[in-house]
Amino acid sequence: MNTSHALPRWADLVLLPIVCLGVALLVAAAVVAMVGQNPAEVIAVLIQGAFGSARGLSYTLYYTTTFIFTGLAVAVAFHGGLFNIGGEGQAIMGGLGTGLVALWFSATLPAWVMLPLMLLAGALFGLVWAAVPAYLQAYRGSHVVITTIMFNFIASTLLVYLLVNHLRPAGTMSVESVAFSESAKLPNMRTAMAWVGIDWPASPLNVSLFLALLAALAVYLYLWRTRGGYHLRAVGSSPGAAEYAGINSRHQIVIGMSISGALAGMVGMNEIAGVNGRLLLEFVSGAGFTGIAVALMGRNHPFGIILASILFGALFQGGAEVAFEVRGFSRDMVIMLQGFIVLFSGAMVYVIAPRLAWLLAFSNRVFHLRTQTPKSGAAHG
Amino acid sequence: MDEALWGALLASTLRVSTPLIFCALAGLMSERSGVVDIGLEGKMLFAAFAAGATGAVYGSTTAALLAAMAVAVALSLMHGLACVSHRGDQVVSGVAINIIAAGMTVVLGIAWFAQGGQTPPVSAQVRIQPLFPEIAAAAQGIPIVGRFVGDGLLSHNAMVYLALTLVPSIWWLLFRTRFGLRLRAVGENPQMVDAAGVSVTRLRYTALALNGMLCGLAGSYLVLAQSASFSANMTAGRGFMALAALIFGRWHPVNALWACLLFGFLDAMAIRLQGVHLPGIGEVPVQAIQALPYILTVVLLAGFIGKAVAPQALGKPYLKER
Repeated sequence: MNTSHALPRWADLVLLPIVCLGVALLVAAAVVAMVGQNPAEVIAVLIQGAFGSARGLSYTLYYTTTFIFTGLAVAVAFHGGLFNIGGEGQAIMGGLGTGLVALWFSATLPAWVMLPLMLLAGALFGLVWAAVPAYLQAYRGSHVVITTIMFNFIASTLLVYLLVNHLRPAGTMSVESVAFSESAKLPNMRTAMAWVGIDWPASPLNVSLFLALLAALAVYLYLWRTRGGYHLRAVGSSPGAAEYAGINSRHQIVIGMSISGALAGMVGMNEIAGVNGRLLLEFVSGAGFTGIAVALMGRNHPFGIILASILFGALFQGGAEVAFEVRGFSRDMVIMLQGFIVLFSGAMVYVIAPRLAWLLAFSNRVFHLRTQTPKSGAAHG
Repeated sequence: MDEALWGALLASTLRVSTPLIFCALAGLMSERSGVVDIGLEGKMLFAAFAAGATGAVYGSTTAALLAAMAVAVALSLMHGLACVSHRGDQVVSGVAINIIAAGMTVVLGIAWFAQGGQTPPVSAQVRIQPLFPEIAAAAQGIPIVGRFVGDGLLSHNAMVYLALTLVPSIWWLLFRTRFGLRLRAVGENPQMVDAAGVSVTRLRYTALALNGMLCGLAGSYLVLAQSASFSANMTAGRGFMALAALIFGRWHPVNALWACLLFGFLDAMAIRLQGVHLPGIGEVPVQAIQALPYILTVVLLAGFIGKAVAPQALGKPYLKER
């Protein structure tokens, strides 16, 4: 079915994601209309909220930062033929690692030692949390999807345990640690921009955005410009052929998942080091799963992931504005839309692609009918 | 521990396990036919919402149950459209169902009832009441085992007993009928089933429809029997715990039942052990007991305590050769 109507490359890369996004938006708009809201009004407020002001844009980019990390995490694993559904847990562990070193050392160490140390600890914690399921898949035969789901729950209960029983200062009600010292706080974008003389509005956006962009570049270079990346992609697209070429697929599973987990673990730099300045619960709140949608929308390419992250950042920021301005609207509308995007650009892509190819072929034929003699023989005519 | 405590512990174990049992059996149907079901959580959540909304608006238990099952079956069939009719990724489709359910139930709940995503509580007539409270009360008088039998075993509502009887029924369906043989075969070797002239697609859709009905029961139990109204994200990971129980039970209905009971027991214990100092061990952190089902499943999957073998064709889309 799919081979008879193969999409041209440009359509596969550009048109198909847009059509899938369009279908998801249409279905979400139908739900919006069904509950008695005006979809056009909602979209207008959403876009205005996300991009209409420097402050809105700044919030959008703050959400974007986290989604780039989790999206890249899903994509790297995917290139190795693995579905890392555990970005949530790896990000929680990453935040924990970032927070723990900050709590231990931020009083004594200067920022230039502290911040790299926090980044390293976050990436390392995320890495370990992904490497264990990877090892179990590679050497013990348990499937990485199931194991990472279980690890998500284990990570969140571990964080609750540590915060409630050990990290929370005695006698406080709220479940959070003490604030880090100043050296463990990543510069806010307003501060950073003031250094170069630009007046940037106050928002949670911090310099970890640049870290995310660097990570995207590094992922691109690793996957398509190094031997290791080639090996990983070879295992992902054809394990048998890769094995024949002398690539140890077990190593690649562990390496691919480790990189993936380290990327997810860097979420802590944005949420813990950049925004909250303390360790607390719920700082990931679904970003690991948004990463799946981001990677699907971005076709697992770092550049696509940056674009998709901006889209989702805009949805989350704009959604918050809409919830503020439109009565009876909640931010869960954005979660729902995210689900539709995963459904249509991930699971249903093989439902949509043949129909799109048929449409393209049909429009081509109509176009050719006008200019050339008609051609017959189309099976579906 | 005294007798009354054991009775109460057994009672809450059964109560907590019931949705897990429905849900694990649902996953069993689907996964035995070769279709991975990560979406149990989402289907249960949406079913709970449907039961809560319908029960509150129409005031009928039957309508609430039917609505819950219909919604869950619809989601299952959507899963089928993506992954059985087309070769969409089964895990991605399941993730999509979970996210859609988490978002859409709140959106609809706020739009229809304006209570921050909750549904209004269903009335006492709509709620499913204990099946034979008189016998349960009478049984408490029996010496020694009275509280155990009366409180623990006989005090429940019909859905608890339905879940328990469904286990042998589904075992019989899967292992003693022609349909069951075919269903298991399609999860192990779809080519063979196809060559024998039986439709792979049809079998998998049937399994998914049954899966939806069972998820519907699981969701409606949460609203009609456990708490009286739907609240946002009320499944709270039960779908994943059921999935863990299914795997821990090695894709077998009776083993899955024991796993559900074990996980339910751990859950019931976790609440009771909060702040209790056990002799010799000290205070056991609640979170450790809560995480134990997941840890056990990981350990089992890794082959450290026996070996869990999934159906051979699990997760692989079947393409009919033309």
